[in-house]
Amino acid sequence: MISLAQEAAPVETIAQPSGVGSAPQTITTATPPVEKMRAESVHAYFGKTEALKGISLSLSERRVTAIIGPSGCGKSTFVRCLNRMHEVVPGTRVEGRVLLDGVNIYERGTDPVRVRNRVGMVFQKPNPFPAMSIKENVLAGLLLNGVRVKDAAEVVERALVQAALWSEVKDILDRSGASLSGGQQQRLCIARALALEPEVLLMDEPCSALDPIATSRIEELIHMLGDKYTIVIVTHNMQQAARVSHHTAFFYLGELVEFADTDVIFTRPSNPRTEDYITGRFG
Amino acid sequence: MNAILQRRLAKDLLMRGACVAATVLALIPLVSVLFYIARSGIGGFSWHYLTSLPAPVGELGGGFGNALLGSLVLVGIASAIAVPMGVLAAVYLAEFGQNRLGTAARFAADVMAGVPSIAVGIFVYGVIVLAMRGFSAVAGGIALAILMLPTVVRTTEELIKLVPSSLREAGLALGVPKWRVILKVVVRTGAPGMATGVMLAVARAAGETAPLLFTAFGNRFWSTDLRQPIASLPVHIYTYAVSPYEDWHHQAWSAALVLLLSVLILNVGARIITRQGGELR
Repeated sequence: MISLAQEAAPVETIAQPSGVGSAPQTITTATPPVEKMRAESVHAYFGKTEALKGISLSLSERRVTAIIGPSGCGKSTFVRCLNRMHEVVPGTRVEGRVLLDGVNIYERGTDPVRVRNRVGMVFQKPNPFPAMSIKENVLAGLLLNGVRVKDAAEVVERALVQAALWSEVKDILDRSGASLSGGQQQRLCIARALALEPEVLLMDEPCSALDPIATSRIEELIHMLGDKYTIVIVTHNMQQAARVSHHTAFFYLGELVEFADTDVIFTRPSNPRTEDYITGRFG
Repeated sequence: MNAILQRRLAKDLLMRGACVAATVLALIPLVSVLFYIARSGIGGFSWHYLTSLPAPVGELGGGFGNALLGSLVLVGIASAIAVPMGVLAAVYLAEFGQNRLGTAARFAADVMAGVPSIAVGIFVYGVIVLAMRGFSAVAGGIALAILMLPTVVRTTEELIKLVPSSLREAGLALGVPKWRVILKVVVRTGAPGMATGVMLAVARAAGETAPLLFTAFGNRFWSTDLRQPIASLPVHIYTYAVSPYEDWHHQAWSAALVLLLSVLILNVGARIITRQGGELR
């Protein structure tokens, strides 16, 4: 069990339990973070291949947690386990527990649909619904569920403002979502997820298909959203993790190698494999 | 250097010429069928044909209004059976069919697509006509439905598979149950293409003669009673074309032209639906 380097109230210093965790440290924040989600020895399989080999980590409420690691290390698989999207692919299986506000989302009888309502997701490639307008795309989570939206205009504006897209599309809401640029499409997808007012937002390499300018816009956005939502972002880009996240987890070959505050991971990682990766010796 | 370039240009010219020649050759039968039917059909065509009954043997005049109506009824019955069944089966095959049942169904559909239509007619004769003790529109419709089914299933399945899985995942990740994702995202995105597949199947069924010969049989009068034999354009064409009367031959040509135009209208209609659907919903 690797625990997150806890942020403590002023003056107090909390030593980390020994293990693979980070070194003792002092961080001063006004409010100590609350645990929002917690993975407990999560194993994920594709057929007989074990993609995750027992991951345990804790996600703090209203913090951005970045997951880094080389390709194929299980980063994406892990976030997909957090909203029960892993099991969507035929032949896959998840073992272990994932707690959302202390309740196991893999409990028998739990409806994955309810989980996904609370834990939103943004994918690597922007995937707006091509047959829907921008407005319908934002409302898609409600419309597809057959919900009649009374204050549609308001919901659309709020979500698009939050996703920093409102000013660019407010006059073309009836145009197809596919007519936007890649970066705008990705923000539209973020707006679509936010319209459902999720508690947690999972982002699976949200910028890997975007150019640097679009990337920096999304990063600013993540920064803003971090005050309101619990965000988990998977990224290939270590600078990105350093820029946007409070905590960083380093995955390697399906295992969690190190999990600590972002500045600790990037300045004094305790595991040599982490250091090798972030200094570019492999990966 | 120049020699090599010239040889390449010559090869390019030769190959391009061969492609053009093959295209023209392929067009010859297509165009000549259309042209020949149009020429023979328009000569002596009268609107009267579309609204009146066949004249008694030996008399001049008459038409094939009942056959046109009968074809509509038969294709209507066939579509009412084959389209919902085929689309639902295709959704099952595409979304859940990675199992033995799916493999078996796919294999069966492929085999069925190759079964001669007359064999389907005999089957329906044995199973339905004999049981009902008579030829009927229902039997004809069922025979056509059996012929349409494989086309509808396989084209629809392919189109559903073409809908990117990222859209499915987007829907699921928004907390939409799988059945709603299939219905509102997958089927709707694939709908224009599906319409094309369905139209092709309908067009094929509309032109089938063999399976109707001993199921719907034919009828020289107006009939909308589904338990009675019913006329149809292909059977009408067949009967009139093999008759010894010059006047009937003319009518057969006109009926062929009407059938051809109906199929053309269906195809154009499918294309328009596809184009509109591609833009909007």
